[in-house]
Amino acid sequence: MKSMLVINYLLNGIIVGTLYGLVGISIVIIYKSTKVLNFAVGSLLTFGGLISFTLLARLHMSLWIALPLAVGITGILGAFVERLSLRPLLAQPILVLVMATLFIDSVLTGCIYMLWKTYTHIFPPNTIPGTTIKIGSIFINHEAFYACIAALICFVLIGFFFKKTQTGLKMRATAESSSVAMVLGINVTHVFSISWILAVAVGTLAGFLLGNRVGLQATITPAMAFRALPGIILGGFDSIGGAIIGGIIVGVLEQMAGGMIGSNYAEVSPYIILLLILFIKPEGLFGTKRIERI
Amino acid sequence: MWRPCGTFDVNYRQDYAIVRTPVQWCLMIGSLVAIFLVPHWASGRALNIINLITITVISVQGVNILTGMTGQITLGQTAFMAVGAYSFTLMVKYLGFCLSVPLAMLVTGLVGLIFGISSLRIKGFYLALATLGAQFIIPWLIVNVRPDLTGGTDTLPVPAPRFGDFIFDTQGKIFYLCTSLAILGTYFARNIQRSRIGRAFMAIRDNDLAAQSMGIEIFGYKLLAFFICSIYAGLAGILYAVWMRGVSVEHFELLESIWHLGMLIVGGMGSVAGVWLGVIFIRGLDLLVRYIGVYIGPIFSASSSAAFMLGIGPIVFGVVGILFLIFEPKGLYRIWERFKAFYRLWPFSY
Repeated sequence: MKSMLVINYLLNGIIVGTLYGLVGISIVIIYKSTKVLNFAVGSLLTFGGLISFTLLARLHMSLWIALPLAVGITGILGAFVERLSLRPLLAQPILVLVMATLFIDSVLTGCIYMLWKTYTHIFPPNTIPGTTIKIGSIFINHEAFYACIAALICFVLIGFFFKKTQTGLKMRATAESSSVAMVLGINVTHVFSISWILAVAVGTLAGFLLGNRVGLQATITPAMAFRALPGIILGGFDSIGGAIIGGIIVGVLEQMAGGMIGSNYAEVSPYIILLLILFIKPEGLFGTKRIERI
Repeated sequence: MWRPCGTFDVNYRQDYAIVRTPVQWCLMIGSLVAIFLVPHWASGRALNIINLITITVISVQGVNILTGMTGQITLGQTAFMAVGAYSFTLMVKYLGFCLSVPLAMLVTGLVGLIFGISSLRIKGFYLALATLGAQFIIPWLIVNVRPDLTGGTDTLPVPAPRFGDFIFDTQGKIFYLCTSLAILGTYFARNIQRSRIGRAFMAIRDNDLAAQSMGIEIFGYKLLAFFICSIYAGLAGILYAVWMRGVSVEHFELLESIWHLGMLIVGGMGSVAGVWLGVIFIRGLDLLVRYIGVYIGPIFSASSSAAFMLGIGPIVFGVVGILFLIFEPKGLYRIWERFKAFYRLWPFSY
């Protein structure tokens, strides 16, 4: 019985962890191409999730129209946010850009309060078609299963994009040094907007899947998204594979702590993991160590 | 500092004095007297707001030392305020006001060090992440570890502090406490800034590797900056507890920490006087938005009006912050400097 419980926590952890991984990918895309840590990810994700909620539940669209439409709308929003707030700060130090994302977070949070109020929005049942998957005596929620699949597809596509395409190469070059990239003829402003659009699209997907699991609320969902940060630190900031693996590890540890020690340990354990990683191995498992000269 | 032609410093004491000319002395003493007469004519509501502003000034002075001078972002300032507030509340019953204030500040500093050590080895925004962790871990610890002592999520009442026979029980009396400590804190921050320590901080902010090769021990100084910042947070937390007459974890949230950072940016990073401008500007803007919101809100339906009131504050704050970052990154203090340069030369252009 005990071992069944452990397996259950493990599966739950993997499911939560892939969602963290998806949020992590959204952060890593922006970091990998512009060296900016996006603190607005929580509210962007909630915003995207709530737009898909409105399209699905209020306007009664089918899933296959609503989800791409939501991703499109938030993609435009991402480009808009980037154009208005980060583009004018292009040559500024990273510190300033990171603070700008905090202000963006504040604006978006205010918009969410205004447009969707503060109560929890729960997606209608069976938004994602299918039935619960049964393996032996273990039941896996099909929605969670699809979430895992979606995260893995995202991971493969974006990894391929960064490694193999011209645009991906340009993005990596911009992260190395935006001014050198500019001198070499890379359109840095394009790189900024593409990375923001991509990141917000992935964030919307994560918001939709997260909302399907636990519902969306203006203050709780961004706090859940912040729990993806330990995962990326564990995986290493500039590694997409690391984001997924780190997310899964953090998710499993969180569910284990919640199940074994006490349910209120689940919410805080990711941050304890975060502090421990910073103590022991600050560059993460798959990140590149910083070597620098003046 | 600008002085008329022919006025020179003749010794070092004159050279490093903060208050230099007789006019400045008169202005300073006059304004101090004016400030300490405020409780005699201001209403209780106004005093309440002024006290909140001075408490916030103390906290933001700490953020200024860490973020403005040393270049490390902190997102956990209010969590450290919570440490100060709770440790003060738990100690004040046994140790009295005079002893528990410095002890609570020290406790906050040490808790800050625990979070600081983990992240200061590496450059960049890792401190932001560690303090973000603190922002979630510390309230959790307060709620879950000893709910019998800290009251869990309930509000823990704070007795009015006693200073001999003097009891700080009205807003007017708390005003004296907060304002004098805010002025002292500002003076202290100014002196840190222009001493060896402050110059080391700024060297680390501008280029940490260059600073290290010039013999500044980066880790030690970053830790010192974080320690001082936490101590300021602790003092602000203590005063917050005294001001609110009770502490609850709900008052120490992430959004409030981001606001403290925003006040610093609006005021001008790295300038001690700018902190006052920034805090007064943002708190004033918040009040103005709420005041106007009362008239705009009823245009919508009842529930939408409540949502509007809740959302308009963060939106205005965020937009103001971004506008300052883009158009005036050195903040209100820079505008004040430009104005001074303008009126000094007027009517000539240079």
